[in-house]
Amino acid sequence: MLVPTATAQEEVKREADARGPKLSVRGLWMTFPAKDRKSQDVHVLEDINLEVREGEFVCIVGPSGCGKSTLLNIAGGFLQATAGEIDVDGAPVHGPDPRRVFIFQENGVFPWMTVAENIGFGVKRSTEAERRELVHHYVDMVGLTGFDRAYPQELSGGMKQRVEIARALAAEPDVLFMDEPFGALDYLTRLRLRHELIQIWQRERRTVLFVTHDVEEAVQLADRVVVMGRRPSRIRAILPVEVERPRDLADPVCRLLRDEVFGIMGLDHHGQGLQAATSDKE
Amino acid sequence: MKARLQPVLLPLAVAVAFVAGWHLLVKGSGTDIFPTPKMVLLGTVELARKGVLLKYVVASLFRVASGYLLAVFLGIPLGLLMGWFGRARMAFNPAIQVLRPISPIAWIPIAILWFGVSDLAPIFLIFLASLFPIVTAAMAAVQNIQLVHIRAARNFGVTGLDLFRKVVFPAALPQILTGLRLALGVAWLVVVAAEMIAVNSGLGYLIIDARNAGKRYDLVVAGMILIGLIGLGLDFLVRRMENLDQVRWGLSRN
Repeated sequence: MLVPTATAQEEVKREADARGPKLSVRGLWMTFPAKDRKSQDVHVLEDINLEVREGEFVCIVGPSGCGKSTLLNIAGGFLQATAGEIDVDGAPVHGPDPRRVFIFQENGVFPWMTVAENIGFGVKRSTEAERRELVHHYVDMVGLTGFDRAYPQELSGGMKQRVEIARALAAEPDVLFMDEPFGALDYLTRLRLRHELIQIWQRERRTVLFVTHDVEEAVQLADRVVVMGRRPSRIRAILPVEVERPRDLADPVCRLLRDEVFGIMGLDHHGQGLQAATSDKE
Repeated sequence: MKARLQPVLLPLAVAVAFVAGWHLLVKGSGTDIFPTPKMVLLGTVELARKGVLLKYVVASLFRVASGYLLAVFLGIPLGLLMGWFGRARMAFNPAIQVLRPISPIAWIPIAILWFGVSDLAPIFLIFLASLFPIVTAAMAAVQNIQLVHIRAARNFGVTGLDLFRKVVFPAALPQILTGLRLALGVAWLVVVAAEMIAVNSGLGYLIIDARNAGKRYDLVVAGMILIGLIGLGLDFLVRRMENLDQVRWGLSRN
């Protein structure tokens, strides 16, 4: 398998830039109204501005509850922002769309369908032969060969997430939104799936917006890491990760980046607040 | 005792002990009204020979089937609509919750008034008794569908009738089947009670008629045992349906 050379990658980037960003977030604010008279409005997102290039893998990290999933849900069209705009391919996002597929953390897969039926759910091809071939292709790609007739209840958590990913890819979307897709899995499965995800992504190069609370995961996967602060969240920093994949987290550059993200989030290696922690309202 | 044979031998042992105990109690108490097991068996054979047994079983089953199927074809759509549309739920649910606690037995005078002494009266009662568990189950099934599934479906551009066909109905099916099983049990209970009053055939009628027409308690007990066995058979059939792939995923396993 050929790995694109550095200049070839730059060429792709330049061409993509000329076309304009794939995903554009401008001045986005999100407030959830108070549920009753006694509670307050919940301000989750404040003035979010972000551009994602076509074919880019962007990770969003931040502390629990900071609204990163909310941001993703707005981008996916499941929630309406209080203010601001989100465009994909220049057109504003009104609601969910098959060109932008959302991958959920767990239970996204339909339990009443087999693996093959799930993966085929969003397939857009018209002929039966093409559909079957595509489904088969993705069953193999995620390493579930032989399991097409299995039901989700017969699969492990990791296998179910593979089905989730295959189902998303088989719909041949322009953008993938991934909401902590490995968050519910055990450590080793997480490592394995991260590695496989990158291999799959390198073959198809779709635009990915990936939310995680795991800083190391973000550094290992992303072209750029967007660091968000505590609620009401703003983007505190966007860090490019210019390390060749597959990445070794023990690599000094990766370690530095990880530490930098921790620093921006105001935490040390033990997850404790740094003494000189900067305020979120900076 | 071999493990494979236990599910058969253990209940059989209990049954044998029960029958033996029954026999001894009857003989010991010196009663000349309550039948012994042997008398019940002979009574059953007598009914079979007269052709009455089959006729009555078929009559009861026919009434249950009619009332139950009517409830299924009305109740499932109604429950699904109420589960999906909040306004339908707001409109119909209070009425359903008020009617539900009224025992079908309490409806007997009205049923006879409306339908006379005919098959329609018990069928109506069975319909009523089956309707509420089915509507409630279908409604709850839709309400319990996980939001993530609806979101995923909408994400893939599946809406409207397609959404119903591919997502809502399959997701609701296991819980609907549980409601169907419950409703069938209630229907079988009610048919017996309904037949005691409103008609001239069926297992419920057999029991009342056997007592009134000649204190034939052997036929009374025979009728009771038959009712129990058929009820078991019906429940067994529904439980077989629970093994279907479309349903198995949603029912908890041991």
